[in-house]
Amino acid sequence: MSGENGALLRVEDLSKHFPIWKRGIFGRKITGHVRAVDGVSFDIARGEVLGLVGESGCGKTTTGRVILRADTPTGGEIHFTHSELGEMDLAQLSRDELQPVWQNIQLIFQDPYSSLNPRMTLEQIVSEPLRNYNVLEGSALRDRVAELLRLVGLRPEVMSRYPHAFSGGQRQRIGIARALALNPQLLICDEPVSALDVSIQAQILNLLKDLQQEFHLTYLFISHDLSVVRHICDRVAVMYVGKIVEISETDKLFSETQHPYTEALLSSAPTPDPRVRRKKVRLQGEVPDPANPPSGCYFHPRCVHARERCKTDTPLLRETRPGHWSACHFAEELDLTVVPPPPADSA
Amino acid sequence: MSDTLLEVRDLHVNFYLTEGIVRAVAGVNLNLRNGKTLGVVGESGCGKSVTARAILNMVQRPGRIDQGEILWYGDPERPLDIVQLGAGGQEVRDLRWGEIAMIFQEPMTSLSPVHSIGNQMVEAIRLHRNASLAEATEQSIELLGRVGLSQPARLLDAYRHELSGGMRQRVMIAMALTCSPRLLIADEPTTALDVTTQSQILDLMRDLQDEYGMAILFITHDLGVIAEMADDVAVMYLGKEVEVADVDTIFHHAAHPYTQALLRSIPRHDIVTERLESILGNVPDPYNIPPGCAFHPRCHHYVPEQCASPELIEVGSGQWARCARAHEILPAASGGPAS
Repeated sequence: MSGENGALLRVEDLSKHFPIWKRGIFGRKITGHVRAVDGVSFDIARGEVLGLVGESGCGKTTTGRVILRADTPTGGEIHFTHSELGEMDLAQLSRDELQPVWQNIQLIFQDPYSSLNPRMTLEQIVSEPLRNYNVLEGSALRDRVAELLRLVGLRPEVMSRYPHAFSGGQRQRIGIARALALNPQLLICDEPVSALDVSIQAQILNLLKDLQQEFHLTYLFISHDLSVVRHICDRVAVMYVGKIVEISETDKLFSETQHPYTEALLSSAPTPDPRVRRKKVRLQGEVPDPANPPSGCYFHPRCVHARERCKTDTPLLRETRPGHWSACHFAEELDLTVVPPPPADSA
Repeated sequence: MSDTLLEVRDLHVNFYLTEGIVRAVAGVNLNLRNGKTLGVVGESGCGKSVTARAILNMVQRPGRIDQGEILWYGDPERPLDIVQLGAGGQEVRDLRWGEIAMIFQEPMTSLSPVHSIGNQMVEAIRLHRNASLAEATEQSIELLGRVGLSQPARLLDAYRHELSGGMRQRVMIAMALTCSPRLLIADEPTTALDVTTQSQILDLMRDLQDEYGMAILFITHDLGVIAEMADDVAVMYLGKEVEVADVDTIFHHAAHPYTQALLRSIPRHDIVTERLESILGNVPDPYNIPPGCAFHPRCHHYVPEQCASPELIEVGSGQWARCARAHEILPAASGGPAS
């Protein structure tokens, strides 16, 4: 999709199926699978921010967890270029072999309340990754913690305090400092601003954007919020029931939408301006059960543009315009744009 | 003022905790018109949910309504002060659910896990009206169908865990409609839902408002939802309303610095912004609300003497802002964000 050489992470046909167990007389047996992630492929170039959007249950968080190898994939390849060890397929590695990988890939969590240990001071929390990998010790360690706290906009004097003394936004900054401690190559941000108040969201988004530019970081940015994604991402992938249905540059996704599900998502998102009355595409029904998805295109029962072919043929993700991929049979024929492109110069 | 259905005057709700007194609601005034939607918007801790509970006289200990009036103009000739009614008395119980219904953010916790949907609906109907079991059952089926649930008759036997989030919220709305309320209080009704489900529920609420002519008090932190739903808007900050106006004025001619800052700080999916303008600092600790204008530590327009005790002033027709400098600030804001 983007340059093969520049890719820091290349995911190919990744899947994660969770078995559904049923207890019988002779022990348990598997009666089916929840296809949480079902054949997902994408890549992220070094220094790029790729957004992964979709509704709850679409598999975006599982995708992040599998890439981090917090879960073992059922199938597929995860090619990651390690800063020292070079390219490797994370899907094949054992737990021991993964240790150096986790130095390179870090996670930022959604909930700043449950992701920090309440019994550890800030210094302990932020220095933990450094101590685990024996990178630094003594006063050098303290200095690094102070530097990291300054980086995320906290005063180093607070490092002896405990998380309960901080607000949600400040805790999220602590989580970011911890994630940055080992100079990771890739940050997986899982809904990093969803739990925050509006006025704090802007601070954290600005911080993530500044850090990304300053350190040339690469983000996999998982979110359900299209406006947040538009603000921070270079490219966006839209997921529906375990599959990517559209992937493109951010601006093109909004101004030249190529998949009916993206169209529906965009027209459902409320616009903070009462004068804007946009075309409404109302979806009927609900997201299907990933253990029992519909035939053909998974989206066809809810799609306003669905035709006969959609019920039987499963559409593949294909390049409908340069750099713009869509999994819809009729992407070229349909006018799916909801958000008009911005006027020539909106500054 | 015959148009008014509910008026909240100088409401104070305090929570008495061992750590101190939390002034959750510190002098709120609201005016809700018949058949219209008043959107109450604010960040967490601004007192919007406590205000909603106070309207039903449902503030739980250690909280207490300490001051103010909540006037219900169900009979315009004879307004009723809800604060004066005992919290558990028959009068207020008739009002709750009978005239004023409420739906919450998390419908999971508002539905009983051990009673079927039908059971709960029939009980609600029969508590408030003299209906036979058969009549109440029939009405339940009709209402469940009305809120867009398929196979309503079968749903009567379902339990809450068998329903999705969107279905549960539809059931809650159906239950709220059982007594054809004059006012529906919706406290973050779509916050826990996905966007596509949210837009279905918002559509449904608008349709039902047209059909039943009820007023809606819509509480949310989401300015996008406010823009879609509200006729009038009250912006709250630390227990007080800081600006009140019709929805277009709020989004295009906001006078209060907090409203302006909120609008500038949200990312939008239809406009590309290089950098968001964030609001300085954090929402202050509720035990320790700054003296004078509560927003002053975060405000760019702060002038020490002038901002000592801001009153609600009328800055335009129907637009009120609790800012001493609103008249000076307003011209700079007119024109609104890129439109």
